[in-house]
Amino acid sequence: MATSYCGKILRINLSNKTCRVEELDLELAEKFIGGRGLGTKLYMDEVCPTVDALSPENKVVIISGPLTGTATPTGCRYMVVTKSPLTGMIASSNSGGKWGAVLKYAGYDAIILEGKAETPCYVNIVDDKVELLDAAHLWGTTVETCKHTLEEAHKGASVLNIGPAGETLSLVAAVMNEGERAAGRSGVGAVVGSKNLKAICVTATTRSVMPVYDTEALKAVTSKCMAKIKENGVTGAGLPTYGTAVLVNIINQVGAYPTRNWQHSYDENADATSGETLKEKHLVKNGFCHRCPIGCGRIVEIDGKHVGGPEYETIWGFGSNCGITDLEYINRANLMCNEMGNDTISVSCTIAAAMELYQKGYIKEEECEGVPLIWGNGEAIVVWTERMGRGETALGKLMAQGSHRLCEHYGHPEIAMVVKKQELPAYDARGIQGIGITYATSNRGGCHVRGYMIAPEILGSPEALERTAIDDKHVWAKIFQDLTAVIDSSGLCLFTSFALGAAEYAELINAATGTNYDVNSLLEAGERVYNLERVFNQKAGMDPSEDTLPKRLLEEPIAHGVSKGHLSRLDEMLPKYYEARGWENAFPTQATLERLGL
Amino acid sequence: MEVRLFATLREKREKVVDVPWTPGLDGYALLGTLGIAPEDVAIFLINGVHHRLDAPLNAEDVVALFPPVGGG
Ligand code: SF4
Repeated sequence: MATSYCGKILRINLSNKTCRVEELDLELAEKFIGGRGLGTKLYMDEVCPTVDALSPENKVVIISGPLTGTATPTGCRYMVVTKSPLTGMIASSNSGGKWGAVLKYAGYDAIILEGKAETPCYVNIVDDKVELLDAAHLWGTTVETCKHTLEEAHKGASVLNIGPAGETLSLVAAVMNEGERAAGRSGVGAVVGSKNLKAICVTATTRSVMPVYDTEALKAVTSKCMAKIKENGVTGAGLPTYGTAVLVNIINQVGAYPTRNWQHSYDENADATSGETLKEKHLVKNGFCHRCPIGCGRIVEIDGKHVGGPEYETIWGFGSNCGITDLEYINRANLMCNEMGNDTISVSCTIAAAMELYQKGYIKEEECEGVPLIWGNGEAIVVWTERMGRGETALGKLMAQGSHRLCEHYGHPEIAMVVKKQELPAYDARGIQGIGITYATSNRGGCHVRGYMIAPEILGSPEALERTAIDDKHVWAKIFQDLTAVIDSSGLCLFTSFALGAAEYAELINAATGTNYDVNSLLEAGERVYNLERVFNQKAGMDPSEDTLPKRLLEEPIAHGVSKGHLSRLDEMLPKYYEARGWENAFPTQATLERLGL
Repeated sequence: MEVRLFATLREKREKVVDVPWTPGLDGYALLGTLGIAPEDVAIFLINGVHHRLDAPLNAEDVVALFPPVGGG
């Protein structure tokens, strides 16, 4: 019987230059769905959690979901799962574009990378033909140049690659595909760079859509989901028209928009960098991932070239968080970050932390080598992004290790706005309580897409919750985290969840694979994934005290704006959250693990 | 009264509109004066705090209106 899994894993050992195709255990696949869930399971079965993330003993699992490459809305996503060199915990970074779908069209659910090549190399896959090729000529090139060169050499190939940041082992380096799509967070690009692997090209010559278990059922549920996506105000109108950057004004208006490294939470100039202004002054057209009916991407023009524009987190990070009010500089910094192959959130927030260190006199002017880290200095965000990406200047090298290590170096760790050493995104958890619990308990550290509580707390979706209350936010956080783990495992884009719920995801996965998930068992599968990641972190040496927020959010009330006076009430929410999860002291109890079949 | 408009609600309108306050004014009446249909407003903030459209308004309030939007 057909299923949308290929049933094949490609194992590439870079040390001895061998490639081997292995069978995917379909029972295991169904239990962990795919993508983030199955990737974590495959990874944990092979790698010791205390491994040095940048050593040859670490491995990387690049994996699609069962809906990747199927005729479903946004069926294009893949994940990069490994141990993070930034956090020392699980990394699982998600990306769209087309590459993940092409990998499946070529016949593979996943690639496992192991070992380390002696010299720079890249992989070229054409259906069942796989070769390891010399990448000396590509080493040191930017993401776009490398992609372009490989597209010329292998006509029709879809290219995944790292940039200079991954090569120089920046701890915030991304894995990029199609030039501007990023598996951005947790330094996954550095792990690939540590293996001397520059790129993976994939060409599929025989297939352009995945066969599924029940074609008619999938067609029916897909057309139902498409209608919901089109009718929904967010996915049908808001995201296509303004992209994610429409959030700039909303989050600023509720006084929870971190400004100048979170010293303030309202920026009176934010409208100059909003989604509305981006649309009016810079938008050329929308950008679409493969099979996406939404098209939240922004294409902008820089120096006569059409390039990927910034999304919300990036606009915030390089914008208000660095005191910048000019979108032109933000567009350029975003482009530079993509060219370097670095994570825009971590890079921009590290620059913001450096600006606060400079403001307070801890970083000296002479360390800045001609480009002072002054709030609002547009040139600084572009130049320091390049210096971090290339590992240039002593300070640039230090900043490439992320804000935690930067601020520790100067003796002021409290200035780093991180959870588990990873930079926080663009919502102040003092003014929005529920997002604080998901920040603090995210298995991959500071992150908004592990349980997007902004949807109910700010956007009123699926129902409105009072943002400053704590009520039963711990229960909401758990459900959101579990559902997100499902979506990340399925191969669909998280943005579909504005329009779709667990019932639709279950129907889609069942039609594609022949599973029998219902809402409860699907959420339980998500819970299983969340707990599995937590087990990895425990074995990797996570301390329970790391489920926390930066001191600034716990002890310094918001000073200005409509959320003035608020602090995160994490200490009240956390014990209730652990109880709801069946965890004791930050980790699953034996009973919880048994209940979930772990 | 200061009313801030965002996203599509700005189309063919100003970004910030000054609406004369009258006793008993609530969100619905305010939308009436602006010619905005209630179903086009998904987020209704009074001084940065979410409210339902039947919430009464004071002369010194700052109102922010958003259509359905999202991101992340
Ligand atoms: S909604 Fe945006 S990020 Fe998601 S698949 Fe579509 S274009 Fe890509």
